[in-house]
Amino acid sequence: MSHLLEVIDLVKRYKAMEAVKNVSFAVTEGSCFGLLGPNGAGKTTTLEVIENVIPPTSGTILYRGAPRTASFSEEVGIQFQETTLLAYMTVRETLQTFQSLYEESSDLEKLIDLCYLGDFQHQYNDRISGGQKQRFLLALALVNQPALLFLDEPSTGLDPQARQNLWQIVQRIKEEGKTIILTTHYMEEAEFLCDEVAIMDDGRIIAQGTPGELIRKYGGEKSVSLPRSVLTGVLDRLPFSFRETRERIALLTEDVNACLQALIHERIDLSDLTVNVQNLETVFLNLTGRQLRE
Amino acid sequence: MNLKRLWAIFKARNHEFFRDRAAFGWNFIFPFLIVGGFVLMFGGDSRNEYKVGVFPAGTGTFSVDAADIPARFRETRYLQFIGFADEADGLDRLKHHKIDFLVKAGSRTNEYWVSDTSPRGYIVEQLFNHSLVPDASQPLAERRKIRGFEIRYVDWLFPGILAMNMMFSALYGVGYTVVRYRKNGVLKRLKATPLSAFEYLSAQMLSRIFLLMFTTVIVWVGCDLVFSFRTVGSYGAILVIFFLGSLSLTSLGLILAARGTSEEFTSGILNFISWPMMFLSEVWFSLEGAPDWIRSAAKIFPLTHMLTATRRVMNDGATLADVSSELTALLIMTAVCLVIGASLFSWNR
Repeated sequence: MSHLLEVIDLVKRYKAMEAVKNVSFAVTEGSCFGLLGPNGAGKTTTLEVIENVIPPTSGTILYRGAPRTASFSEEVGIQFQETTLLAYMTVRETLQTFQSLYEESSDLEKLIDLCYLGDFQHQYNDRISGGQKQRFLLALALVNQPALLFLDEPSTGLDPQARQNLWQIVQRIKEEGKTIILTTHYMEEAEFLCDEVAIMDDGRIIAQGTPGELIRKYGGEKSVSLPRSVLTGVLDRLPFSFRETRERIALLTEDVNACLQALIHERIDLSDLTVNVQNLETVFLNLTGRQLRE
Repeated sequence: MNLKRLWAIFKARNHEFFRDRAAFGWNFIFPFLIVGGFVLMFGGDSRNEYKVGVFPAGTGTFSVDAADIPARFRETRYLQFIGFADEADGLDRLKHHKIDFLVKAGSRTNEYWVSDTSPRGYIVEQLFNHSLVPDASQPLAERRKIRGFEIRYVDWLFPGILAMNMMFSALYGVGYTVVRYRKNGVLKRLKATPLSAFEYLSAQMLSRIFLLMFTTVIVWVGCDLVFSFRTVGSYGAILVIFFLGSLSLTSLGLILAARGTSEEFTSGILNFISWPMMFLSEVWFSLEGAPDWIRSAAKIFPLTHMLTATRRVMNDGATLADVSSELTALLIMTAVCLVIGASLFSWNR
């Protein structure tokens, strides 16, 4: 598969502050690429430079192997993190207005169906809920049938139900073969939607790969955790290294099944057992020593 | 220039204007209320009257005909007589320039009081002294009359009110609104589309000009039906002047819209421009007799040229050719403001 977008040594500096530091990555056509990181990591700035909303300080951005031209804006769809829309316009009218700004546009009815806008398409932009607004902004990013879609923290502030609904829509858009670049600080969102992720911290990419690769490489060990009281006296007999906290002991293991069998063999009460699996959250923790949402 | 994109933004801006009921209504009600108020206040012949206090007067309604003051002074036109119970009461008003002159009724020596700091008092004093001179002693002078028609203050003021409404609507409707859009991210969202800055600004301008012309025509017709203004010249010529005026005022608004994300700062700048423009462009009063430098300074404002041309057409029956210098000034100002506004414009900053 060819690269639809390539970012090479991208730098964005604001006076004394360097927001993006030599960022490089490539996005394969038809894939979903995630930029992950805590607030202030430089994800949005990176995205806005690529979108051509703000100019880079230095670096190269190639779209279909060449520098972006004036037609770039015709081929991309953008959902900003925060957007205020034209006042006193209904959802449907706003979509129609944005359709008129492009040479090619999506079928309005299909778009309304895809993003579940039918129930509120005749309401004013500022009279819709947070979940409705995010779906509407996603539809707005799709009005021009973009080949490349930018989604900047699309589910931030949504309740779990609304977030799941949004993920389902993005999944359907992926299935249509569109290329997506997504920023998020929700690891589960990245794991659900992204084919490849780059983890950003302090303006740099600190790790990059598929979610599986990153977890294998940086996820650390799995652990089985139990209250300290139930392991007292048997710890010496268990063939696992462990990590202690004040109330619990975590047994570190590569093989959870083997660990559980050993515990059952020792007739240990497992009613308060937890299994800590590796995920992108632990990848970030292991890479930076910090929680993602600190 | 893509007309489809321009039309889309033009329509969207018009939707915003027509659907914001409160702002929409106010655009019509405000000039109507101002004109109505001035008709009520200055509808009669009272605007240029001098106020003369007379004491002692009874407590009831004061009638100057019954007052014992020189007959020829009493019969002088454009004087308004106000009765006071006693001297102290009258002097108190005179000190504060609430009246121009105070005369004691029944005084054998024709006693009067006048403030030596009041120009109006000085004029009334001359009239009073003149009324005491017997007719036979009057110097001979040849009187020649001209035929004329009365231009009421409201006839003179009305174009000023309309132009002022246009000025605020153009400056705030473009300058303030675009800054608000930049601050809340609307411009950023539009920048991410193929819409060019030139198309966006053109749509903003055309929409505002359309709305200005629309509201102005409605207000003019409405006020004319109620207050019956006298228009000597052609309505078509006035329409052309208003169109060029709104073009230049909207272009000025574009300069204010070019940069900035602070609504408060923009509001301050708008006040800084609009208030001097309102006072120096003869919206409320004529600058006839004002120092030359003030009259020259007033010419930097498009409103001055627009109002001068409109009043000449409305009150004197001038044609477009007669006001061509004002129209040229408006066109030059439009071009200059457009170039500055377009070159300074930024979607983000």
